[in-house]
Amino acid sequence: MKALLSGNEAIARGAYEAGIKTAVGYPGTPSTEILENITQYPGIYAQWSPNEKVAFEVGCGASISGARTLVTMKHVGVNVAADPLITFSYTGVNGGFVLVSADDPGMHSSQNEQDNRRYAEFAKIPAIEPSDSQEAKDFVKAALEISETFDTPVMLRITTRIAHSQSMVELGEPQSSELKAYVKNPVKYVMIPAYGRIRRAAVEERMQKLTKWARETSLNTIELKSRQYGIITSGICYQYVKEALPEASILKLGLTYPLSEELIKGFAQQVEQLFVVEELEPFFGEALESMGIKVAKKGLFAKIGELTVSLIKEKISAELGLDLPAQSKVETAGLPVAPARPPVLCPGCPHRAVFYTLKKLKLTVTGDIGCYTLGVLPPLEAIDTTICMGASIGTALGMEKSNPALVGKVVAVIGDSTFFHSGITGLVDMVYNKGRGTVMILDNSTTAMTGHQHHPATGKTLREETANVVKLAELARAVGVKRVVELDPFDLALIEKVIKEETAAPETSVIIAKRRCALLEKGTGKPVGIDRDKCINCKQCMALGCPAIALRDGRVTINTDICTGCNLCVQVCKFSAILKAGEGHE
Amino acid sequence: MNNINLLLVGVGGQGTILASKVLAEVAMQSGLDVKMSEIHGMAQRGGSVVTHVKIGSKVFSPLVEKGEADIIMAFEQLEALRWLDYLKPEGEVLVSRQIIEPVPVILGKAKYPDNIVAEVKKVVSRVIAVDAVDIAGDCGNPKASNVVMIGMLAQKLDFSREVWIEALRKLVPPALLQINEAAFEKGCAC
Repeated sequence: MKALLSGNEAIARGAYEAGIKTAVGYPGTPSTEILENITQYPGIYAQWSPNEKVAFEVGCGASISGARTLVTMKHVGVNVAADPLITFSYTGVNGGFVLVSADDPGMHSSQNEQDNRRYAEFAKIPAIEPSDSQEAKDFVKAALEISETFDTPVMLRITTRIAHSQSMVELGEPQSSELKAYVKNPVKYVMIPAYGRIRRAAVEERMQKLTKWARETSLNTIELKSRQYGIITSGICYQYVKEALPEASILKLGLTYPLSEELIKGFAQQVEQLFVVEELEPFFGEALESMGIKVAKKGLFAKIGELTVSLIKEKISAELGLDLPAQSKVETAGLPVAPARPPVLCPGCPHRAVFYTLKKLKLTVTGDIGCYTLGVLPPLEAIDTTICMGASIGTALGMEKSNPALVGKVVAVIGDSTFFHSGITGLVDMVYNKGRGTVMILDNSTTAMTGHQHHPATGKTLREETANVVKLAELARAVGVKRVVELDPFDLALIEKVIKEETAAPETSVIIAKRRCALLEKGTGKPVGIDRDKCINCKQCMALGCPAIALRDGRVTINTDICTGCNLCVQVCKFSAILKAGEGHE
Repeated sequence: MNNINLLLVGVGGQGTILASKVLAEVAMQSGLDVKMSEIHGMAQRGGSVVTHVKIGSKVFSPLVEKGEADIIMAFEQLEALRWLDYLKPEGEVLVSRQIIEPVPVILGKAKYPDNIVAEVKKVVSRVIAVDAVDIAGDCGNPKASNVVMIGMLAQKLDFSREVWIEALRKLVPPALLQINEAAFEKGCAC
């Protein structure tokens, strides 16, 4: 039977068919749907962890205990998990272990576009890359086989265009996999220096075997057509090449690390000119150079962003001296320019008032990763820094400790899920080192940006089972914060009063602004209205950046279709011109 | 058959992705290869949403590139204008007359262009603009405007009507099926 699946759905299906027993991850675009889809299959224990490092370690335990294991994360999540990754490469596995790294060339939903094939090389583990959903499914099984044969974790590297593109997949039957026996083996699994040295040698031996095997694996395929030129490529770029240059000979690398010199030289000898088509880092390009294999043109493609069919066609045709017919398209030059449609905090978003107030008070705001990062955009423009998950708190501490002018002026803003991910240690640091910063936890009771996943304070697990609820205020007090305030972020006057008090206090403060994400509360509020007699059109309400407040023919109006009745604008208006639902407005 | 490339464009929450799923299901049930690509993440935060659908005997890249789309189906006028570069010169635009102002317009920092449909018609000979939201409203729910658009699209593509209805039944929640089937019929008549 065939089904149309996204790469992520196909990986989940592959996990089911290949007998994965444990699946762990932390949400992150473009990886999130893998675990969300795995929950539909019987026989797989699946969970969200608070961050990717913990997820990876849960995976280590699962594998060592004998289970076939899948761990999923976005590319930057691998940075967080890099510590266990590199040493787990030394210990090797018991049950097969697959790490899905979902990279995001073009930064559709990420803060950087690192190429995680580099991690495979750095950690000395094999990496395989599917080029469509069928392969995404099949490669899970292949990865497990490599993992168990060569005693190594395996990276299944995908990119956004694989994760979020759908193509046809032939569904198979689930294969039963037995839990392997767990046998205590400290020399393999306890990485004290004496044992680590033994495993260090095993890693190099393994890489030699894998490199030899790279010559023969059917993951790598050669399509010989034109003798004039050949292309080495992998992943989604393979599809682009097939479409751009149907006559090209292709060496498609399914195993992208390690590479076989023999295989690549063999291919290179069969074509007059050799090209490499790869997104982001020149990973194959550098490998070929070190093998002494000549390519027609080094650095043909930029390291930045995604490749396209037309770009590949254009660049390689130019090198080959081929003429391309001019691309005809609709002549749009004379048309009006479409104004941008940037993402925005939703109507009724509980984060809005916090940023409105922080801007009003002219505070320096260290931000974090989540929906609330949108607080950087006009008209709120309240955020000064955003580096990575959890960075807001450490950054705030560093600022106040190093620049006296910023003492009492820095507020760290972090979401609830992000706080569990990597904010807790930052808070411990702030208290320990006598920071006097203010940490605002914007608790909307979900992991909103990635599509509303549970976390340790939502009371539910990935599989919707009831779970313990971590109390943020108690946690903050437990690490030594004496000033902890919980408030409703729809109470504008209270927010301002509390932020003023807490930033003035000579010690660490935590403010927990708690209200559920507006998207989870959809349709529960009634819209506000404008009293035309009182409105002087001062536009102060528009400083909230609410999509439900718009200018129509120069007048401020409320879009009642989308207004949720959060009443922030009612509180902002100095002329009492905005009325709550039921108060007799137009 | 020749490959058909489509772009479905709109704003988060308009049902762009459901519409593309129905289309892909129809293509698949008709025995064709199909690929579909979308960008998630910001979709629910009021950003521009685009789904690429490519149908044919064999499809490689899942993405439609500039100048390659046979049909652009826009659920909002401004989005039709935004993605027009992707249309083939002989391509066709199906557009809902709905207007959703982006934040820069709401804030008065940018202007929502006047008469977008008329502007698009200056450079594209085949443009069909409908009041899909009103039509859907007449059927019982303005949110079914995406299905009105699907009905319009069904008239442009060579797939049997039964397959479209079957795909709708598979992908639309049963409680909304009656409204959506009515919306589809109305769309077919546009």
